[in-house]
Amino acid sequence: MNSFFTKTLLKTFLFLISFFLPFLTLADELNGANTAWIMSSTALVLFMTLPGLALFYGGLVKKRNVLSILIQCFAIAGIASILWVVVGYSIAFGTAEGAANDWFGGFGKMFFSGVSESSLTGDIPESLFAMFQMTFAIITPALIIGGFAERTKFSAVIIFTSLWLLLVYAPITHWVWGGGWLGQMGLLDFAGGTVVHITAGVAALVAAIVIGPRKHFGKSAIIPHNMTMTVTGAGMLWVGWFGFNGGSALAANGDGAMAMLVTHISAATAAVTWMLYEWIKFGKPTALGTVTGMVAGLGTITPASGYVGPAGALVMGFIAGVVCFHAVIIIKQKWKIDDSLDVFPVHGVGGILGTLLAAVFASTELGIFSGQGFTNDKITSIGQQFGVQAIGVLSTFIYTAIVSYILFKLVGLMTNGLRVDQDEETQGLDIIDHEERGYEL
Amino acid sequence: MKLITAIIKPFKLDDVRDALSEIGIHGLTVTEVKGFGRQKGHTELYRGAEYVVDFLPKVKLETAVASDILDKAIEAIIKAANTGKIGDGKIFVSNIEQTIRIRTGETGPEAL
Repeated sequence: MNSFFTKTLLKTFLFLISFFLPFLTLADELNGANTAWIMSSTALVLFMTLPGLALFYGGLVKKRNVLSILIQCFAIAGIASILWVVVGYSIAFGTAEGAANDWFGGFGKMFFSGVSESSLTGDIPESLFAMFQMTFAIITPALIIGGFAERTKFSAVIIFTSLWLLLVYAPITHWVWGGGWLGQMGLLDFAGGTVVHITAGVAALVAAIVIGPRKHFGKSAIIPHNMTMTVTGAGMLWVGWFGFNGGSALAANGDGAMAMLVTHISAATAAVTWMLYEWIKFGKPTALGTVTGMVAGLGTITPASGYVGPAGALVMGFIAGVVCFHAVIIIKQKWKIDDSLDVFPVHGVGGILGTLLAAVFASTELGIFSGQGFTNDKITSIGQQFGVQAIGVLSTFIYTAIVSYILFKLVGLMTNGLRVDQDEETQGLDIIDHEERGYEL
Repeated sequence: MKLITAIIKPFKLDDVRDALSEIGIHGLTVTEVKGFGRQKGHTELYRGAEYVVDFLPKVKLETAVASDILDKAIEAIIKAANTGKIGDGKIFVSNIEQTIRIRTGETGPEAL
């Protein structure tokens, strides 16, 4: 009798929950609209790496290293995809036994086990969800290469990014999005402020410190060889980011549309802010400054994009422009760290900023600057949410820094040194590592 | 026969070419070069870092002329390439021992 009563109560309870949260519990039916949008978003996010990021980074290096950047982006796209199928997706989005699931997803979904044409994640095909996430697993290690560009052996790049994907990216993805401890705490990270931008930024910073500066860093000008390429790639990143953030709603709904809108607002504001700031400070607005501001605005809004409103995005974009501008100058000119393409000051600092500010602008109590509120029922104040965000930032930062450092040391032993020798650096990685040249003019 | 080598500002190339054509000089060789003189370099700004770029882009043009029109040619180049600002460039004149037209084998001033 007692157990019958309990069962009835449980059933009623589940029924009520499913009534209020249909998208969570009644998600066993495929939604065509959502599926169509996430398929499009997946293409947009891959487009961010190929060719968006490849061109953005490719233009920023010297002429003799342009192919090294392009091939690294393509090779990482291929290798990350394979690793994602073999075990990456399982670590990130599988379900491990018991308490281990707080930290990693286990090996139950290796080789996409259980991913069939009829299996669903929410109300979209699991094959699509796994593929959408795969494009994130591609761009994150590809972002890191900017930190050690123009001097690192191709073999070292490939081994490092492969191991890093499995030991840093996949576990942290599980912590935040795969049911792990940060997600359980109520961390707000809509599209990858911690998962993508802090991890990539910190790894690039560690890389720059471990590998050391380029040969003429700080002595003579190291100037981008093709700014038109860089601006072209930057434009592709802006467009692709609509899939990155807008797609992270995993649905074609109001959340997704708002994420897209705030993404655009932040990018536009940060681009204009950086441009004006440079104009005031140095007397000239530059193309590189404008597009760098845009990327900073995009990186910053990423974790907050599903939670904040349009006016909040305006403020976040402004802050991103100013803070990341100074971060670039501090890292490169004051601290003399040759994070060559400024991955940490733009993505890392942007990701930290956005993750922390999400706590502020998600609040529903800021009038016109309000957002959609916090997602965890136990969190009721900005301060409380900010604490969770800070834990997310710190844990991601520290874990990434330590594991990346160990990996670089380990890979250095495997490849007999991470970087090419001085003469080879002068000749350029295109000829040294790949025996081809970007331009025959 | 004299060889005129002029280093000029790149955007003055068309003016100089026209001026030389007007006085009957119809052949020249142009090379894009980099260098510095009294103008020194200039600064470029990348993400808040100002770099001094030592070598500025210039155009080097070379033309061989008969000795009797040398002065006219020099005058034409000076007039066309002059902006009055630092960095307008220089003209060097040297002797040519022999000139040979490859197609016909003609030599001397006729080959110019």
